[in-house]
Amino acid sequence: MPLLRLMRRPFFWIIAVAIAVFAISPVIGNDVELRESLLLDALYITLASNLNLMLGYAGYINFGSIVFFGLGGYVCVWLVNAYHWTLGPSLFVAGICVSVLALIFGLGILRLRGAFFALSTIGIVEAVQAFAENFSPWGGSSGIYLSSEIFKPFGGPAHALWVIYFIMVGVMGLSLYLSYFIKTSKFGLGLLAIGQNEDAAAILGVPTPLYKAMVYSASAFLPAIAGGLYFFKSAFIQPSDAFDLSLSTEALVVAMLGGQGTVTGVALGAYLYEELRGYLLTTATFSNFQLVISGALLLLIVLFFPSGLMGFIYSRFPRTQKVLE
Amino acid sequence: MLGILASIIDGVLVGLVYGLAAMGLTLIWGVMDVINLTHGAMIVAGMFGLFLLVNALGVSAYVTLPPVLIGGFFVGALLYWVAIHRMVGRPPLMSLLSTFAVNLMLIGIGTAVWGTALFNVEVSVPGITIGRYTFPGAHIVAAVLAAVIAAALYLFLHHTRLGKAVRAVANNREAAELVGIPTTRVLAVTVGCGVAIAGVSGVLIGTLFPFTILSGDGYQLKSFVVTVLGGFGNPVGALLGGVALGLLEGAVTPFVPVSWTLVIEFVLFVLVLIAFPGGLFASRRGAM
Repeated sequence: MPLLRLMRRPFFWIIAVAIAVFAISPVIGNDVELRESLLLDALYITLASNLNLMLGYAGYINFGSIVFFGLGGYVCVWLVNAYHWTLGPSLFVAGICVSVLALIFGLGILRLRGAFFALSTIGIVEAVQAFAENFSPWGGSSGIYLSSEIFKPFGGPAHALWVIYFIMVGVMGLSLYLSYFIKTSKFGLGLLAIGQNEDAAAILGVPTPLYKAMVYSASAFLPAIAGGLYFFKSAFIQPSDAFDLSLSTEALVVAMLGGQGTVTGVALGAYLYEELRGYLLTTATFSNFQLVISGALLLLIVLFFPSGLMGFIYSRFPRTQKVLE
Repeated sequence: MLGILASIIDGVLVGLVYGLAAMGLTLIWGVMDVINLTHGAMIVAGMFGLFLLVNALGVSAYVTLPPVLIGGFFVGALLYWVAIHRMVGRPPLMSLLSTFAVNLMLIGIGTAVWGTALFNVEVSVPGITIGRYTFPGAHIVAAVLAAVIAAALYLFLHHTRLGKAVRAVANNREAAELVGIPTTRVLAVTVGCGVAIAGVSGVLIGTLFPFTILSGDGYQLKSFVVTVLGGFGNPVGALLGGVALGLLEGAVTPFVPVSWTLVIEFVLFVLVLIAFPGGLFASRRGAM
């Protein structure tokens, strides 16, 4: 039983502790402000660790990871609004839909190698956004509004926000475990082999097209659920928010900052980035320059620290490599 | 039927301009295997160069071409030293990320300064009327200028010492270094030329259509499609690819809402890449 084997490793419990800290700390003292900031942390960790499955393991840049988030949001909000589904099933169906869609897309575009794949992910954003803007059940470019009725089953908005927070933390935990689980599996080894040399991996018997499509699909599921939660929370979705390029960019910055291909690094990177962003956003001059700062940060990392924060920690404290994945 | 023909001819005119834009991308791609993701931002920079110069000096739109060309060259050389120099020869993933990062910074600064409002530059050139259809003068002038600049690039690459050095570096960088070509400087010049061409194509596109600071993404995608159609690293092919894309756009616009054209082009991009991994008019490697 691979799960039992994993549970014997300390890293499994480190993740568990992190999730517990996320879940408990805002409850103590009923700290709503802390909860909102941790919610964003959890969102960034979810997006970045799923992006990392492609970027860090298989070595494929996905510039359009936001598509999963946005589509998940649309499917969920649409089900809640038009068919009066409750939150749970809507989220689940949104995740499944987007994952299946990603598998179908993936079998097509992942036949393209490296840079061409990266270029086509840019195209997918444009294509999906154009679809959302023209698809009338989704309200075209004006989007979908949810009535405040949706929060009733949770006992009012204030209570609903807590429920949403706990689900988001759960999604974050699942993302971390998914990253960890894939990394220690045969599937993950195959992906790492693809990342190092795709031709060699194929010759050695790794079913490269299938593995790539599978990881692309797997990396879609949890971001789609996170998207569903996020837009359910704001009770409003429109194409320009759902497919906001800056969020997928930030996921990329976070993954690179923490260290691509590591589980801990990406979580740390997300936390650091969110703290930095929170600090910069409060100073009015900087809020306009958010993209500039993410860009500058990304450039510095790529130029000077391509292995990110975890690369630094690993080289300083080599023994951490045995514990932190 | 005649309407479709007119639309196709107009598409070809615009396609020549797209072809020119793609030449800037494919030149860099062919010489150093770097995909310049600032391409869209540089096109937009050309558009804003046009807008600012026309508004500040009150000159004709076409007078802004030389300053944008020269400015673009220096911006490109700077881009090379900042973001590309350390990435040449490393995995393509890294240069994609570094140019993407610069792109973010440029777009971020642009959005902070100008917002995402729509800008428009009026160009009054009399059109040519054939029967019931009028071809806008701006389209004709832009197409002619694009062809002239493309020809100038061809002459530069094939008949000047520096241009030959660029081609030599594209063929085999080590061999070029051995025969005494200062390859690093040649690479910087190449990026300079690529960005300058992106800039002037931005000026030409700016005379045709209104634009925002975010327009670059769409045109960058078009440039990729054109590059794939025309064969990688093949500037002459890029011009042909541009015409092909223009033909397609012209044939499609009468039937499909405008917002779908990009989607259709993107699907074409993926299909062509899967069917012809070297591009449609693929040339031998290094046959630039």
